[in-house]
Amino acid sequence: AENEPPWGMPCTQLLVFVATPGCDGFPSLDSKESYKLSVLEGSLLLSADAVWGALRGLETFSQLVGRDENGTYYINKTEIVDFPRFPHRGLLLDTSRHYLPLRAILETLDVMAYNKFNVFHWHIVDDPSFPYESLTFPELSKQGAFNAMTHVYTASDVQTVIEYARLRGIRVIAEFDTPGHTLSWGPGAPGLLTPCYLGKDPSGTYGPINPILNSTYQFVTSLFQEVSAVFPDFFLHLGGDEVDFTCWKSNPKIRAFMKEMGFGEDYKKLESFYIQRLLDIVSSLGKGYIVWQEVFDNGVKVRPDTVIHVWKENSIPYMEEMANVTKAGYRALLSAPWYLNRISYGQDWMAAYQVEPLKFEGVPEQKDRVIGGEACMWGEYVDVTNLAPRLW
Amino acid sequence: RRRAMGRAMGLAGLLLGLFLLPAVLVSTSLRHGAPRSEPESAPAPEPAEWEPASGAVPEDSLWPLPQWFRTSRRQLQLAPGRFQLVHGAGSSAGPACGLLQDAFRRYYEYMFGQSRRRKRGRRPLGARAEPELSQLQVVIESRDPGCRSYPHLASSEAYHLTVTEPVAILKADEVWGALRGLETFSQLVHEDDYGSFLVNESEIDDFPRFAHRGILLDTSRHYLPLKSILTNLDAMAFNKFNVLHWHIVDDQSFPYQSIYFPELSDKGAYSYNHIYTPTDVHLVIEYARLRGIRVVPEFDTPGHTQSWGKGQKDLLTPCYNGEQPSGSFGPVNPILNTTYDFMTKFFKEISSVFPDAYIHLGGDEVNFDCWKSNPEVKEFMKQQGFGIDYAKLESYYIQKILDIVSFYNKGYIVWQEVFDNKAQLKPDTVVQVWMENNYAHELSSVTGAGFTAILAAPWYLDYISYGQDWKKYYSIEPLDFPGSEKQKKLLIGGEACLWGEFVDATNLTPRLWPRASAVGERLWSSRNVTNLQDAYKRLTNHRCRML
Repeated sequence: AENEPPWGMPCTQLLVFVATPGCDGFPSLDSKESYKLSVLEGSLLLSADAVWGALRGLETFSQLVGRDENGTYYINKTEIVDFPRFPHRGLLLDTSRHYLPLRAILETLDVMAYNKFNVFHWHIVDDPSFPYESLTFPELSKQGAFNAMTHVYTASDVQTVIEYARLRGIRVIAEFDTPGHTLSWGPGAPGLLTPCYLGKDPSGTYGPINPILNSTYQFVTSLFQEVSAVFPDFFLHLGGDEVDFTCWKSNPKIRAFMKEMGFGEDYKKLESFYIQRLLDIVSSLGKGYIVWQEVFDNGVKVRPDTVIHVWKENSIPYMEEMANVTKAGYRALLSAPWYLNRISYGQDWMAAYQVEPLKFEGVPEQKDRVIGGEACMWGEYVDVTNLAPRLW
Repeated sequence: RRRAMGRAMGLAGLLLGLFLLPAVLVSTSLRHGAPRSEPESAPAPEPAEWEPASGAVPEDSLWPLPQWFRTSRRQLQLAPGRFQLVHGAGSSAGPACGLLQDAFRRYYEYMFGQSRRRKRGRRPLGARAEPELSQLQVVIESRDPGCRSYPHLASSEAYHLTVTEPVAILKADEVWGALRGLETFSQLVHEDDYGSFLVNESEIDDFPRFAHRGILLDTSRHYLPLKSILTNLDAMAFNKFNVLHWHIVDDQSFPYQSIYFPELSDKGAYSYNHIYTPTDVHLVIEYARLRGIRVVPEFDTPGHTQSWGKGQKDLLTPCYNGEQPSGSFGPVNPILNTTYDFMTKFFKEISSVFPDAYIHLGGDEVNFDCWKSNPEVKEFMKQQGFGIDYAKLESYYIQKILDIVSFYNKGYIVWQEVFDNKAQLKPDTVVQVWMENNYAHELSSVTGAGFTAILAAPWYLDYISYGQDWKKYYSIEPLDFPGSEKQKKLLIGGEACLWGEFVDATNLTPRLWPRASAVGERLWSSRNVTNLQDAYKRLTNHRCRML
């Protein structure tokens, strides 16, 4: 026949079949994201164990639909069986070095879904600013945000992000990084940070959280009680990186404490003292935790289900660190080769693509402990004017 | 729009700007991504960057820094409803000067934004104590102000600004200086904590150090929609750039819709949606003119011309594999008369479409392999007595193009290879130095041979890298090359280049700005304006204002 269309039967429906309910739940590390997609003449079927797999399958389906030069939408006969290699595929955004308006975060979540990312690691506060509006400690953002009226995330904003993410099968893991990276906490929580000393007198500047005061642990308990309730994911990221000991060393009360505790001159022991108490607090709140690699490197006693986040590219080769972490029985996340904030000329996506996360010496049980990785977009040089083109 | 968030930000913006520690300009030592073993350009946190501005001083946000200025603590108030930008008595320009009328409206909007305080009326009794500045009067002193002309290399961009009550006066030889002065004036006006518009009493005497201050945009590797180009022209005006070097076509695509040769873009553009029609081109030229910006088009030949071959049969050299044509093509074929017939007609069009006195003819990176493979070309080389020196063939071609373009009364700019390969250049040729290796030496050679030079080599902004690379661009001293005073005068300026291999409308603006601002100040301000701390402070404020 003359004008026979080249296409087969028109497709009218994509049937989505989900085996186990879970529409109202939150995604977790154990969520099943597998799906099967079958595109046949007269039948389009997407089947998955859980809704999360259906989301992944819908994305794939949308990528299969093409348009010919006449504008006709078409799809080829296809069979797909798909599931993720790693269950934790994350993206870190830093909203402390530069505030990111809600729309930037939501847009990022959309693009994450296009790329089947499933964890939004929200590095929400740090030295430069504290944009998180806390109900328990409203002064933290009042004094610590770049602008307490405009550069904050209200409780409603946070809920919006969590729900927007959930609808895309994305977990939101908040990071409240301590005891370092906390300068912005100081103004709204007097007495929390360690006063640094110049000789016998306070110098006027502050350092990491003060690990020797009871008030510190009361504060931390209350804050994390709130954070645990606000963020539904099982995991919290507790930071623990780059603690600078200079300020602690300068403070006579801290030095006295070191002596009392028999820590000698090893400030790593003081750091561990703090971290251990923090981890206990967070555990008792029913949360699991992820920490940056220093916590492991410095020999802190952590729970067996702790996830260690490997980020240093140079101090020891990161693959060695991955081997050490997994050998010691901990689960590991890889970020070291994926610091996307470190821009360079040309097609640097290739270097990121060529990283093989399991390229280290180890037995299969070790390799199983690598649960995935995260691309990081630190915010020193990033704000809403350049986030999207830099990240994608 | 220039002033973000619906309201003019002014002083509040300056303070916020410092708090916001904008992208590109912040470095801290204690943060991820800076493993201690790696050498960092800014290792220690600079306390000054963290401190809030206590009472920002007006000159804290001037960019580029004027040649000479003084300000006093005394402030004047401006009421958006009453303040006017007008032509002053004795000016050779008046309300018929469209360029200035347009600029008045544009700068009023930049300064006062969406201010709702536009109502006219008398000054309220409870007003601030400061006297009111009611007008900025613009006086053009040359007999011919230049309202309807195009800016050119010798245009005067000097201006003198006196801000004092009751009226401020901006004097300039030509309208171009008035545009520069209006930009500066708008940088002096700031808002206090209560939203009042203030300006400090000041006097400024300003002129550019270099006359050619350009930005290169590449619309061949990636098409740039008109909007992108126009936004970029706005940003250029904020930074007193005055040349748009439009690298409009190249190997990858030919978006320029030619009137005489429509097939060039029909076959050579990425798609019908990825072209610049004659209307588009005129729009760019006029939009630029209203900002005192020259548009210098570059039609790069004989290399970088793959896309030309799609729509112009027999223009490019067929490459050979032994005795047979390989199917691929090389540079423009220099041995055929048809080539020069085409170029004659093509450059006739270009010369009439683009009003600037100069056309950039390219001449860079000519790969000789294809010529060497072609038997007819080899035969020609023999006939001409060029031996196996293909640079001579390249020069033969270039010289003929230069002659064609001269015939249309245009001056030309060429990339340095044309000079390096010893083509016969007219004395008023401008040579653009782009190869980074030992460019100071090249500048010496070029100017030593008596040619005018433009510097681009250290300012390839497409070469991105992590951190505050603006400092590297800012620290270049163009005249740091061995040569006599006379030679140094031949360096007429420079260009920040944003090649398009990895750039399109999705990332052009944040990649080019504010890094190009560093180049802008280097080319406008005095040689001894080199303090990075001071520049940081002003650039931070300037960047927030540009947003």
